[in-house]
Amino acid sequence: MNKELLKKIFLPFIVLVLVIQVWTGIASIVEDFPTPSDTYVAAFGGINADGDEIIGVLEDPFYIENQDVKGLFWQIMESLKRVFAGFSLAILVGVPFGLMLGMSKSAQYAFDPFIQIFKPISPLAWLPLLLFIFQDINMTAISTIFITSIWPIIINTALGVKSVSEDYMNVAKVLRFTAFEKIVQIILPVSVPYIFTGMRLSLGIAWLVIVAAEMLTGGIGIGFWIWDEYNNLNYHNIIIGIIVVGLVGYLLDLIMGKISDYFDYTKKGRA
Amino acid sequence: MSEKFLSLENIEKRFPIPGKDDYVAVTDVNLEIKENEIISIIGHSGCGKSTLLNMISGLDAQTSGSIKLQENEIQGPGPDRAVVFQNHSLLPWLSVYENIEMAVKKVMPELDAAELRQRVETYISMVNLDHAKDKAPGEISGGMKQRVGIARALSITPKVLLMDEPFGALDSLTRANLQEHLMRIQQKVKNTVIIITHDIDEAVLLSDRVIMMTNGPDATIGEILEVNLDRPRNRVELQHDPEYIRCREAILSFLYEKFAKDDE
Repeated sequence: MNKELLKKIFLPFIVLVLVIQVWTGIASIVEDFPTPSDTYVAAFGGINADGDEIIGVLEDPFYIENQDVKGLFWQIMESLKRVFAGFSLAILVGVPFGLMLGMSKSAQYAFDPFIQIFKPISPLAWLPLLLFIFQDINMTAISTIFITSIWPIIINTALGVKSVSEDYMNVAKVLRFTAFEKIVQIILPVSVPYIFTGMRLSLGIAWLVIVAAEMLTGGIGIGFWIWDEYNNLNYHNIIIGIIVVGLVGYLLDLIMGKISDYFDYTKKGRA
Repeated sequence: MSEKFLSLENIEKRFPIPGKDDYVAVTDVNLEIKENEIISIIGHSGCGKSTLLNMISGLDAQTSGSIKLQENEIQGPGPDRAVVFQNHSLLPWLSVYENIEMAVKKVMPELDAAELRQRVETYISMVNLDHAKDKAPGEISGGMKQRVGIARALSITPKVLLMDEPFGALDSLTRANLQEHLMRIQQKVKNTVIIITHDIDEAVLLSDRVIMMTNGPDATIGEILEVNLDRPRNRVELQHDPEYIRCREAILSFLYEKFAKDDE
């Protein structure tokens, strides 16, 4: 076990060293490309290659200078707020809709073609239309997340409903369950693991979308921050932004995974 | 008590096949079942015995004919005809206790919390599962699951207990064990029981009458065998009992001489 643990720590470390080597290689070829050490200084502060003293962006992520100039932490919080708003809406609409699709063949026939068509549409394609409708940055970002992250929730919920075994439904029939009792006592418990898989995929999409959406809408948020740093020619901050986005996304997925395990009866050390 | 407890008259079940004549699974079934009688229905696979049971339970409707329970025509499934399914059909996210509680709660909403608990625990004890009542179905053996299935079915005091090859998926030792359980419980709570089986010994051991089905299509009742053995029955002593041997031979001869079926 200890050997396994050592491998788990040591092997990614080797890959990290390799990545930094490649990065250094790119920096030496592409003009003005920030080197790993430049980026480190930009992130955590210190003396940069030009010999200037620098305060890193991660040194004080909580600072607030004014309404528009805030630390990285606040940028991320703004993005997360939008993500959760859009994601919550997607759950509120997607789960009942998915339940309906799973239970009714007719509903499935009626909506399936449209789901298949809407599902692969890039968030960037929705954005101008939604911006035109809402004329508001927040509403546009939230509705873009909603409309792109709802599909996995719908599809997986419907899949969960369809996976309910005939045997369980026979039990419900013999006991004369009402439609509502069937949903609450049989269909939901079976579907919950599927619904959470959908939610996990959906949250991943939402986090992908927010960066792109904020780049176009502007204002505040991690996506806009990255774009702004590009315009300010602070290329090292772009790399810091990318790494932070990755870490936050990983954290979100980890939390969502834990939550879904909690609600999954097959993973409670039971079945 | 009326002699006519459960009656099946001219039952026929057809399955439509597109572009062809209907497949007649079961036809011309007439049967009277007395209260507290234990009936086995035996036959080769494909003889429509499960179809017959599903029609009695109401999970499947007959194409024609009538099924009456105490003079009332059966309309769809209901808790007066509890079913023990072959694959136990316990809800895996509920504990043993909760699985039974769910059924009792639904069928007897008038019970208060204490009565409900007492009732559930009575039936858990009846199948000797007190030690496992808080376990999930995934944590207990196949035989135990099936005992929970039986307890759940009995806990709602059905008029008829329908068992669809209840022990078919179990190994023979566990099966024998469960048969004993069932006979012991039946001594305590008299019930009308219909058991679908393909096990000759099981049929003779458990039943008052054995219904032998001919092979499908157009399956129907071929013979009805009365098992005149006293209860409680002991499987070991029965091995040399002339009546037991006669019953076994009658079923054997029906299944393997009169209505033998080639392996498919």
